[in-house]
Amino acid sequence: MSEAPADSLWLHHYRMCSLTEVVELSGLTESELREWVEAGILDPADPQVEPWSFRADCVVTLRTACRLRQDFDLDTHSVALMVTLLDRVHALEAEVRELRAQLPQTHR
Amino acid sequence: MKYKDYYKVMGLERTATAEDIKKTYRKLARKYHPDVSKEANAEEKFKEVAEAYEVLKDPEKRAAYDQLGSHQPGQDFRPPPGWEQQFSERDFSFDGIDLSDLFAAFGGARPRGAASGGRHPIPGEDYEVNVKITLQQACDGSELDLRLELPEYDTHGFAHRVPHTVKARIPKGATEGQRLRLSGKGGKGLNGGRNGNLYLNISLEPHPLFRVSGHDLYLDLPLTPWEAVLGTAVQVPTLKGDVRLKIPSGTTGGQRLRVAHRGLPKPHEGAGDLFAIVQIAVPTTVSDDERKLFEALAEKSQFDPRRHFERR
Repeated sequence: MSEAPADSLWLHHYRMCSLTEVVELSGLTESELREWVEAGILDPADPQVEPWSFRADCVVTLRTACRLRQDFDLDTHSVALMVTLLDRVHALEAEVRELRAQLPQTHR
Repeated sequence: MKYKDYYKVMGLERTATAEDIKKTYRKLARKYHPDVSKEANAEEKFKEVAEAYEVLKDPEKRAAYDQLGSHQPGQDFRPPPGWEQQFSERDFSFDGIDLSDLFAAFGGARPRGAASGGRHPIPGEDYEVNVKITLQQACDGSELDLRLELPEYDTHGFAHRVPHTVKARIPKGATEGQRLRLSGKGGKGLNGGRNGNLYLNISLEPHPLFRVSGHDLYLDLPLTPWEAVLGTAVQVPTLKGDVRLKIPSGTTGGQRLRVAHRGLPKPHEGAGDLFAIVQIAVPTTVSDDERKLFEALAEKSQFDPRRHFERR
């Protein structure tokens, strides 16, 4: 199996994805994606500029949101609430990691 | 075909009502959902529960499942004669098929393979796997062999899980929690549909020396009291070899000394920094000569590190 470097793609905030790409990667339809943008689950880079583009790391959030929607049978507003809380948890986890890294080993 | 006891997986009686099944599923999903749970083996546990629920929530599938009788989990069995005619018009081959894939082909959901008759393209499934790499691999980039079970479809259109080894190139630039997408490395597309993607959730193995914060690394740097007072230059390890770090005179414990761009490389450009955190280390046993020198110093020194305790 050959492996071209282009096969690997970091989903981080430096890279942008087009609307079509996000639809393909998330498994949502375009109208569902627009509904989710309206509900505040994700934001386009610039809502005024059509077609929309998104930061690549939104794909991670979207895939989680899709899973939660399906596995817990959630409506759009519950998904929005869940994603807000998950984002907060992830930010706090990152902060804890950062603070832990700065603690000397002997004090842990 | 191997038997799975879906009732046991969910901790339910065979007589459970549809309402019981739904309630129990929700409880277990909250406990084990990999996006929510911190339990060990949450993902495997959730997969089992979801598979059981998928069958038990559907009255038709549940009836068909109940007709299979009760066996020991993992036991090889064949459905009773006439079972397939009762529940489906399709031909079945039960050898080497997973129970979940059998039920996935029931009811409205048509199997994905050739027997579905459709000619329209069906994209392959996406998969997500957790991958642990070392700091050195994150720094240099690496190639990993990932062992996955991906479905392949037989002529009846049934899925068989076949172990695959996927070569994944992890470009440098990884850090904790980052995601990598490998295009086309997931399930095979059918009828010309695109192949699914493989998503890697990267986590970093703990390193004996370096701690990670984003792309920055932290290292404890023990110094002797005299090195800290007089200043010196010390060898400091980094992921790309040792560097010489100048310690200015009067360095204090807890101070952070920055070694620029010796952290983890960033995927975009540049690299994080390495921070050496100074610790003043003291010998726990000293020779007579050393003790005398310390005593002489204690007598001579005017230094009072606790002056700020004095009453204002």
